[in-house]
Amino acid sequence: MSRTARMIVFGVGAAGVGVSLLLAFLRLPAFGATVHPYRDLSVPAAIQHSTANVISSINFDQRALDTLGEEIILMGSVLGAATLLRTARGESETAPPDEGRVLPATRLLGYLLLPVTLLIGFDVVLHGHLTPGGGFQGGVVLATGLHLAYLTGRYQVLRRLRPLSWYTYGEALGAGAFAVLGVVGLVASSAFLANFLPFGRFEQPLSAGAVPLLNFAVGCEVASGVVVLLAAFLKQALVVEGGSR
Amino acid sequence: MTTVLLALLFTLVAVAGTVVVWADKPGRQAVVLSVFGLALTVLFVVLQAPDVALSQLAVGTAVVPLMVLLTTRKVRRLRGERR
Repeated sequence: MSRTARMIVFGVGAAGVGVSLLLAFLRLPAFGATVHPYRDLSVPAAIQHSTANVISSINFDQRALDTLGEEIILMGSVLGAATLLRTARGESETAPPDEGRVLPATRLLGYLLLPVTLLIGFDVVLHGHLTPGGGFQGGVVLATGLHLAYLTGRYQVLRRLRPLSWYTYGEALGAGAFAVLGVVGLVASSAFLANFLPFGRFEQPLSAGAVPLLNFAVGCEVASGVVVLLAAFLKQALVVEGGSR
Repeated sequence: MTTVLLALLFTLVAVAGTVVVWADKPGRQAVVLSVFGLALTVLFVVLQAPDVALSQLAVGTAVVPLMVLLTTRKVRRLRGERR
């Protein structure tokens, strides 16, 4: 296709997208308006199930199937990236480079913040049904927190901190546990991923039924998945040599 | 007050996003991307969406820039080997 033809195709496409967007924007509710039909339905539903964090109620109770889909997308992406970044034919693994030059202040901060960040990660996962956050956010915090060990300049420390095979199992277990909890909901209650546990008292640590369990499963899966993903990138960047191109 | 803050933050996000697009080197782009993510995080907090802000903070300012930086490092090493 010549350059002119490509520009014409692009122009037609861009104009179509532009017009559709404009039409959609014209019918949007006003910014900051007080009418929210979805809020009026989802907030009472969350309170009925004793879930203080309405967002968690939507993610893990009212629309849990969507979250299962997202989780599987994440798992597939990590799997694909790890497969692409594996040590290919013609590539070889060398000894990792010695620690680079790291400012003492950076190293101190890394060591100090490592336990703090992990603690925050667990807190965000375990209180997902009560306060902002949840399995996904907490999981990413846990995974990135672990990599503060790399920030201190030592790839070896990071490697020892994360036996990689555990995390591949952790990812599969987390995703599997989510699906199993869904089936339990189907058997013990009304539907797949139905909230089958007693709801407990509002704003108590043990409340919201199965939401904390699902949060924990997602936290396990996301933390492990991000660790596996970053490990694949780190290995390619630091220890894999050679390659056909 | 909120309107002024929102207008400021929207402008900041638009400017930061443009800077990310215009950054010429991927390594630099990763750093600006992280600043852009931080601006988005603050915007989400002001719009009362702390859950989204947390996701944005963790993924947009930490994981994605890190992956870009590691990739540029790998590319640079490959180029070095070929020379």
